[in-house]
Amino acid sequence: MSAIAVEPSRRGIVGALPRAAARALLLPLGLAALWGLWEGYRWLGIRGHWTWPFKVNDTNMPHLSKIWHAFGQPLQPDGPPLRHYLWHYALFTGKEALAGFALGAVIGFLLAVVLAHSTLLRRGLLPYIVVSQTVPILAIAPMVVLGLGTKGVNPWVAVAVIAAYLTFFPVAINTLRGLHSPEPRALELMRSYAAGRWKILWRLRVPASLPYVFSALKISATASVIGAIIGETPASLQGGLGYAIVNFNQYYSTQPANLWATIIACALLGITFFLAVVLLERLVLKRAPEHVA
Amino acid sequence: MNAVSLKGVSKQFNAGVTALDGIDLDVEPGEFVSLIGPSGCGKSTLLRIIGDLTKPTAGTVQVNGKPAERARRDHEYGIVFQDAVLYDWRTVAKNISLPLELLRWSRTRRNARVKDMMELVELTGFESHHPWQLSGGMQQRVSIARALSFSPTLLLMDEPFGALDEMTRERLNSELLRIWQETSSTVVFVTHSIPEAVFLSTRVVVMSARPGRVAGLVDVDLPQPRTSATREEPRFFELVTRVREQLAAAGAPLGETQEPALVEEPL
Repeated sequence: MSAIAVEPSRRGIVGALPRAAARALLLPLGLAALWGLWEGYRWLGIRGHWTWPFKVNDTNMPHLSKIWHAFGQPLQPDGPPLRHYLWHYALFTGKEALAGFALGAVIGFLLAVVLAHSTLLRRGLLPYIVVSQTVPILAIAPMVVLGLGTKGVNPWVAVAVIAAYLTFFPVAINTLRGLHSPEPRALELMRSYAAGRWKILWRLRVPASLPYVFSALKISATASVIGAIIGETPASLQGGLGYAIVNFNQYYSTQPANLWATIIACALLGITFFLAVVLLERLVLKRAPEHVA
Repeated sequence: MNAVSLKGVSKQFNAGVTALDGIDLDVEPGEFVSLIGPSGCGKSTLLRIIGDLTKPTAGTVQVNGKPAERARRDHEYGIVFQDAVLYDWRTVAKNISLPLELLRWSRTRRNARVKDMMELVELTGFESHHPWQLSGGMQQRVSIARALSFSPTLLLMDEPFGALDEMTRERLNSELLRIWQETSSTVVFVTHSIPEAVFLSTRVVVMSARPGRVAGLVDVDLPQPRTSATREEPRFFELVTRVREQLAAAGAPLGETQEPALVEEPL
């Protein structure tokens, strides 16, 4: 027994503290580096009169401090500041994206389960699923919104459907791969217990697929936000970040910082979605360290 | 009634390769039978035919008096592979109780059995560890505990210690003998180590390569219980030599290569 030992824990208390400190420093350092790059490029571009790939001036690259300042500026005289609007736009778009993400994830997962169990369906359907993603979302979005609109569906739900359209694909493809990931021996073991398809699915294939599913969900999390923003535009739906982008675009030459502030709001929303998935993964996934993507 | 009864079992693969040809073999309850032979002699295939994990092309297979498929559906055997094949997302305890869950045992009954099994394979205290936190030898003990958890009368083992170092292997050999005697089960054991086959078995089945046939049987009359001292007895060496000579007579080429993994369609 003595020769058979458990691997010692990889991190001791001693190593953990400097590591945590380094991690805490990483975020401000990264932001400072980004700020330096932006301002540095801006300074060099204006000095050197760069015109490629774009002309560097106050309109195209406002000072970051100006963008930061824009968050606090009222849109109308005596109105609430921009951040107030952006917060509500982000909530609205976030609602669409979350509904779309959930819908897309469920559809993608179920599709993968069906495809995993039928070679015929896999051969027959998979090409069309791939083709579905090559269709420009901008072309489909108005059709979805109009089509669902005539059925009396709330426009934001239609936008969620568009977000789901972008979300389901990575989930379906990755889950399918994950469901096929158990090695032959693991399946033989189930066969030796005379386990049926359902038991093999729930006790082996689905748990084995989870690392793949989470990889897909990370992609889908940000894609669903993009889908919601893009979906709002042709839907002419007001109240979300997509609407804000179209709106501020019209005033770009005079107030570029507003559009930049909106872009930052979009990025923050996407990051929030991504981090939510990462957190969920940490809670759900118990895997060997080398198997966690 | 025999624990395992094979009559005229042959197996041909699609490519026209004859893996097994006319195998006749009876294993009595309580026996520890090793299948030994050169790589490619179909010994692993034969084990899987007994477990109904692959079908023979010809011949009949009976386990505990039932056709192989019936026996598999009735959970007459537990199987241990060369890799432990533990499920990463389950703890050690949950891995052992996997077959019990499939058999719809109640939670209290499962927990009690897992506790017994942990004691049997001497892993008490590691219940909530995950497989990747264990050494190879410990993983294989978990795999043995899982195979025995639902008290099958027959244990099929496919080179279970082949991937372990020599010291761990010898220790697990002794443990396996103890477990075999405590559980009074029947074991069919595939190996390509001659000393391992002799040390463990009551009978060694020597197989020839391509097509796999039974080339000879060696009764191992070493007294029980066997200990590390058994490995130093003259009789042990005599039997090792007997098996080696039979292997040579069967035309076994020297040197070992891995058998190809012959697996049926996974879904």
